[in-house]
Amino acid sequence: MALTREQIAMRVAQELEDGFYVNLGIGIPTLVANYIPEGVKVMLQSENGLLGMGQFPTEETIDPDLINAGKQTVTAVTGAAFFSSAESFAMIRGGHVDLTVLGAFEVDQEGNIASWMIPGKLVKGMGGAMDLVAGAENIIVTMTHANKHGVSKILKKCTLPLTGAKCIKRVITELALMEIKDGAFHLLERAPGVSVEEIKEKTEADLVVPDHVPEMKLNS
Amino acid sequence: MSGFDKVVHSYEEALEGFTDNMTVMVGGFGLCGIPEGLIEQVYKMGCKGLTAISNNAGVDGFGLGKWLEKRQISTMIGSYVGENELFEKLLLSGEMEVILTPQGTLAEKIRAGGAGIPAFFTATGFGTQVAEGKETRNIDGRDYVLEPSLTADFALIKAWKADTMGNLIFNKTAMNFNPMMATAGKITVAEVEEIVEPGELDPNFIHTPGIYVQRVIKGEHFEKRIEQRTVRPSTKEA
Repeated sequence: MALTREQIAMRVAQELEDGFYVNLGIGIPTLVANYIPEGVKVMLQSENGLLGMGQFPTEETIDPDLINAGKQTVTAVTGAAFFSSAESFAMIRGGHVDLTVLGAFEVDQEGNIASWMIPGKLVKGMGGAMDLVAGAENIIVTMTHANKHGVSKILKKCTLPLTGAKCIKRVITELALMEIKDGAFHLLERAPGVSVEEIKEKTEADLVVPDHVPEMKLNS
Repeated sequence: MSGFDKVVHSYEEALEGFTDNMTVMVGGFGLCGIPEGLIEQVYKMGCKGLTAISNNAGVDGFGLGKWLEKRQISTMIGSYVGENELFEKLLLSGEMEVILTPQGTLAEKIRAGGAGIPAFFTATGFGTQVAEGKETRNIDGRDYVLEPSLTADFALIKAWKADTMGNLIFNKTAMNFNPMMATAGKITVAEVEEIVEPGELDPNFIHTPGIYVQRVIKGEHFEKRIEQRTVRPSTKEA
């Protein structure tokens, strides 16, 4: 079975290490915060100026001056810090954030990512995404493997305007965990019950498949 | 003290000298930390042909969304337009020039502008549309884009507390772009929730020193509209 959004988030959460500073993008990446493994403490960075993002507030503690990068009302954990946008992106651009998780429309086998516009149709702007992919060493992209018509989004070459060039190394979809290296996707894990054949079928890019592809372990 | 008394008592006074075709920075991230009264005043004045520099453009009917209604902005420099239908329409139709800029690059352009640095190299945007037509350079094996800095005729910002000398403190994530913009405006106007006497703010905890601020106005009313009201259930009742 293909993974649900929550299960994708669960698999990403296994990559978190104790002591990590982590930036989670909007959408599936945000859900990762719900599955932080026991014994692991991370500080969530929100690029609008918060290190140490906490859970949503209650009705009684809601504060319009305290939001995350998705403009949702949030809280700050003990040990949190507030700062300006320039300071925030100094952290990001300067490589101080340990892990960045973000979504994408397309990725390709050169490590390029497209996530911010569809010409003539959808222009949301890049927000902080271009800075995040340029600044982080350790990036995980979460996305769907193909669109609803079955057209692959795991490509030889991105067709949409890029967010960043040659910066993506790991991608988790509802079907697979893949690594990008030497100009190809390498299949590392498959979703439970999903065949290698199905993944191959939905992958337009060059895909290197080892003899044995283990199933993801999703324990929560 | 009078030379250092930055307090003005009306929005008219706060925006004296603000005219058509100016470049104006407006603080805030989404609707968080925006100078609501100053935005309203520019809307009332109806100034046109503005180059507006702001991370977002408000939402339909609120914040900079109001300037869009009156087509007051001819060029918009920002990073994200997702929550504003009118913005997207004006962008796609070409009615308004829009220079989409990565958020960190935007913040740094403003910081650099205020700090007297004309341009800087950044890896952000290399190999994308953002780098088109810009000088690039390889430094120690990595490719960078040269980004010119930004300054403005007016910077309209929002702070939490000010003293009469223009020293400012921001509240939580309502800080965002406000401190950099304060440094990059020829005339910086701070709309604040509270004005106190010099000495009442601890000099150790001033975010923006008064040297950057020309005018301070106590806001008449802050709606502080929330874009995404997300809550969890209250913990067990007693």
